[in-house]
Amino acid sequence: MTTTITESVWLNTSDICSFDHVIEVSGLSADELHELIDMGIIQPSSSKANALFFRMECIVIARKARQLRDDFELDTRGLALALSLLRKMDELESEIAQLRARLMR
Amino acid sequence: MKYIDYYDVLGVPRDASQEDIKKAYRKLAHQYHPDVSKDPDAERKFKEVAEAYATLKDPEKRAAFDNLGRHPSGEEFVPPHQWQQHFQEGSADFSDVDLADLLAAFAAAQRADRQERSRMAVNGQDFETSMPVTLEQAYSGAEADLTISVLEEDERGMPRRVPKTYRIRIPKGVSDGQRLRLPQKGGPGFNGGRPGDLYVRMQLQPHPIFRASNRDLYIDLPLAPWEAALGATVEVPTLGGLVELRIPEGTVAGRKLRLSGRGLPDASGKHGDLYAIAKIDIPSKLSARERELFQQLAAESRFNPRSFPEARS
Repeated sequence: MTTTITESVWLNTSDICSFDHVIEVSGLSADELHELIDMGIIQPSSSKANALFFRMECIVIARKARQLRDDFELDTRGLALALSLLRKMDELESEIAQLRARLMR
Repeated sequence: MKYIDYYDVLGVPRDASQEDIKKAYRKLAHQYHPDVSKDPDAERKFKEVAEAYATLKDPEKRAAFDNLGRHPSGEEFVPPHQWQQHFQEGSADFSDVDLADLLAAFAAAQRADRQERSRMAVNGQDFETSMPVTLEQAYSGAEADLTISVLEEDERGMPRRVPKTYRIRIPKGVSDGQRLRLPQKGGPGFNGGRPGDLYVRMQLQPHPIFRASNRDLYIDLPLAPWEAALGATVEVPTLGGLVELRIPEGTVAGRKLRLSGRGLPDASGKHGDLYAIAKIDIPSKLSARERELFQQLAAESRFNPRSFPEARS
């Protein structure tokens, strides 16, 4: 079996991408992305000359939004609610994991 | 090829209406969606439910599926002759084909036959997979191979799953849940659509010695009672090798001793700390001399570790 070395992109907090890139990669429409930004679910890292820029990691949330939209046929209000609850759940799970790590076995 | 009864998966009768199919899918999707379900098997179950819905909601795929007849779920079967003509004259080998992939290819072939929607560009599906990462790899960075099964068409147009291996560079400081995107390494696009992407989720593996809490690491450090009481210098394992740690005199169980900068690095290379949690251990079997010394200590010491408030009668 051959092993391929291929281009890859880390979805991290240090690299930046454009509005169009988020749309292209996530499958959300421009309107949906604008609405999620207005509702504070996705936050641009900066804007230059009316163009919005995002941290690469926001693609993870944008893709999750598109998946939830497709799987449950949610509108953007429903998406915003589901995404904030999921974020809360992630934060709590990570806090539990951190507290567990500090406990003596 | 293994038969999957998609009606059974959604729990609907074979003559179910599109509305009933949609309702059944929604109910199961809420139950098993990997983002909301705590069921360890949720991802597999959701995939099965989504695959069943994708087949039954599409009239062409549903008709093609119905055309297969009824078989017990999991039974090996060969599709009828008219299916095989879609791929090549004569008999094709269906032994290594996935039912959902075949239905999708069959429905696409039928559409193309009727020249309907055949020019519509369809982007390929994104794939998502996870990759186990050890704390050692996150500490130092590493290269690792990831093998996934990719959908390809053979010369007869028959879809097949083939293994493909990608070499991935895991950067120093990678965190749990971080994702890597491999552009255009997902499912193939159709009619000029671009291929999907492959997303790889990094999954930090539990370590036999260290527990990670963000960038900090925790380790239980067993000490002999005299090391804890008198103080000592002991060797402690870290991800960078053994280091010496000074145990202060009078160290109590549960005390956290910090080794600065010995935790995991972040993306900028700055390291968290390692905390050694003191744990007082005793020999499970005492030698005669040890017993004698402990008895002597017990007789002479005025130390009382239990200072409960006075019990009320």
